[in-house]
Amino acid sequence: MPLITSSKTKPSYDVIVVGSGAAGGQSAYALCLSGSKVLMLEAGRNYDPLSETPMLNTHAQAPLRGAGTPDKPFGFYDATVNGGWRVPNEPYLVKRSKHGPGWYEATDVTLSTTDQNFMWWRPRMLGGRTNHWGRIALRMGPYDFKPRERDGLGINWPYGYEDLAPYYDKVEALIGVFGTNEGLENTPNSSEGILLPPPKPRAYELLIKKAGAGLNVPVVPSHLAILTQALDANKVSNFLHPQDAHAAAITAEAMRNRLPCIWATPCGRGCAIRANYQSTTVHLPPSLASGNLDILTDAMVREVTIGPDGKATGVHYIDKKTRKELHAKARVVVLAASGCESARILLNSRSHLFPNGLANSSGKVGHYLMDTVGSDLSGQIPALENCPAYNEDGVSGMHLYSPWWLYKEQLAGKIDFPRGYHIEIGGGREMPGMETFTGLADFTGGTYGKKLKEDARRYYGSFVGFAGRGEMIPNEDSYCEVDPDRKDAWGIPVLRFHFKWSEHEEKQAAHMQKTFAAIIEAMGGKVLGKPELNGRQAIAPGGSIIHEVGTTCMGNDPKKSVLNQYCQAWDVKNLFVTDGGPFVSNADKNPTLTIMANAWRACDYLIAEMKKGDI
Amino acid sequence: MNDGTRMDRREALKWIAAASATISVLDLSSFAKGVAAKGYGTDPNLVDSYKPGDFWPLTFTREQHRLVSVLCDVILPADEKSPSATELKVPDFLDEWVSAPYPYQQSDRELILRGLDWLEGEAHRRFQKGFADLTAAQHTQICDDICSVERAGSGMEAGAKFFSRFRDLAMGGFYSTPAGFKDLQYLGNVPLTKFDGPPPEVLAYLKL
Repeated sequence: MPLITSSKTKPSYDVIVVGSGAAGGQSAYALCLSGSKVLMLEAGRNYDPLSETPMLNTHAQAPLRGAGTPDKPFGFYDATVNGGWRVPNEPYLVKRSKHGPGWYEATDVTLSTTDQNFMWWRPRMLGGRTNHWGRIALRMGPYDFKPRERDGLGINWPYGYEDLAPYYDKVEALIGVFGTNEGLENTPNSSEGILLPPPKPRAYELLIKKAGAGLNVPVVPSHLAILTQALDANKVSNFLHPQDAHAAAITAEAMRNRLPCIWATPCGRGCAIRANYQSTTVHLPPSLASGNLDILTDAMVREVTIGPDGKATGVHYIDKKTRKELHAKARVVVLAASGCESARILLNSRSHLFPNGLANSSGKVGHYLMDTVGSDLSGQIPALENCPAYNEDGVSGMHLYSPWWLYKEQLAGKIDFPRGYHIEIGGGREMPGMETFTGLADFTGGTYGKKLKEDARRYYGSFVGFAGRGEMIPNEDSYCEVDPDRKDAWGIPVLRFHFKWSEHEEKQAAHMQKTFAAIIEAMGGKVLGKPELNGRQAIAPGGSIIHEVGTTCMGNDPKKSVLNQYCQAWDVKNLFVTDGGPFVSNADKNPTLTIMANAWRACDYLIAEMKKGDI
Repeated sequence: MNDGTRMDRREALKWIAAASATISVLDLSSFAKGVAAKGYGTDPNLVDSYKPGDFWPLTFTREQHRLVSVLCDVILPADEKSPSATELKVPDFLDEWVSAPYPYQQSDRELILRGLDWLEGEAHRRFQKGFADLTAAQHTQICDDICSVERAGSGMEAGAKFFSRFRDLAMGGFYSTPAGFKDLQYLGNVPLTKFDGPPPEVLAYLKL
């Protein structure tokens, strides 16, 4: 990726974008293609998916057969650079249930054993978490934007589904999302012609679908940001930029450089052929091609600077390579550093004018931190034993999933928790690795020798896994704040996390376990271990699903929210936050697609305000 | 570092008692020192191919390597579908694993190295020979007693726990190789222009 160094920055920009992931990439794309001069600052290193992605490498080519380690918690080939549950030299503080009260530096890397109240996943690389994400791209539905109207809980968004629907169409068209329009409740259809065709279901997925039908659990094509066929570059770019032939041409050119999926190698490694969405292959190339984007990597933003008129003037950042503190100037600052990192920057931007941190007159910065409710269960399916072999790699992610299906029962008060979850499925004949046969002795009785090899053939591909991803309702006990004492290696005060699940989430997690066990049993299978019916035990640690949203909430009331409906700070009109921070609900739908759609909407507003001269 | 697989103290003492009662193939100082090497860091080159020893020094002595090789082939022998574990260099992989400077692997190091010592002791106790020099029938006699944690009799618990973990690691090392893929008929990791989904014989087998 062509980058500049801090000595080459321009004296001033139209917009500074802090962060280069889903939000930063989308914001830069919208701004640069409309002609704004943008400086993007990324705290991590430059990253080139074309040359750095281990496409088609096997586990045997990796140290430890690619197994996860504290250096690479999701495995050697996970795309994440210089991060994960810990970032070198950049600590955060948590509470620990098995230790005394007080604050502890977060050090854990193992979800099954951690006693941390929060886990915070951060990469330090261009493109951020988009390089490794699961590519699950689900729209939030009408209920999800107005949850309080439905069940009296949580917070309504200041706008509704219909306001974001055109942006969902635009994002899906730009990044490429496959799926189908099923017309299911609160699971919106995309506009005609937007979605790419879904891949054919795998054998085990068809078995799950069959079992689901008997339990009234829908199992339908998933929506993933992966090209199942080449994008129609001219058609899509003209749809995105109907009034601007130049922007359309730049976008079309970038689209023509993307190849469709080769049905091999996991998306979590990134994609050298640009078949899936990652900011580095989809958002940044056309933004750079516009000539309007400068990118500075290894630039860790400490604070937003403020002029005597109370408006943002730019950012102070540390050039990690020289350890120098530098300043960049712009008319507008857009924070897109991830919900918590953006909140951290605001809280660290203290001045006489803003003694409690910037954009924080409501006192809400850091508050209503949410993650997704996660719980999983696996099973062994005798029907799949000794099944004839075929290549079922597919797109590596799930081809089918289950959207939440009990809205009516919930509304009727027949279910003891208020919000839904979807089910992600996996299993089958995946590339064999260290985990493939863990626990096999439970089935074989402990065979070894030639019998073990026969058993391996028999059981390989006969396992299926279910992961629930459910909505968390924002609560007063979950927030991040700046620790008064601790600083990171760059001298920047660090975050500490308060986090609590409520009974809403715990009951939901227990329901997931029951559902998964029912599906496994309906398939004639055997649950591995047993379902965990204690919701508190069943729920994955806060933060561990890596759906960090909230912390810079938007709303209609400046006293109760940080941002207006266009992600513009109430207190500082040339300051925006476009990552997951503005979310005031965290529906079961994975947030990335909504982050991008919301960021695009915010940037369209920002562009219009700049044109009017209001900013 | 939070490490879910670390033995508790009582467990560790049991191991030490068991180990000290046997003839040792193991250099006990290797525990005291632990593993001092660094890992591959948070930003390794992902595209290159690696082999055991590339990132950290290996552990096994010649005797340990021989013992591990023999046990690997008792667990995963050659048959008509695939070669033996040793032919696929699984012992070298196990050496890489127990030598890795990460908590999970270091707890396995303890389990595996002490387990090897236990196995050698058990071979001497029963047959007055090292495990590597026993006949196939003698290997079977010992392994039948430790191949299941659930069924392990009195005095065999530690051996069974070791065997169980050793088998898991050996299988991981074995089936992640091209020959392992072939054995299991893993047909993926091949670039395709289209994905056809399951063929008719699969659908028929599953009654779909």
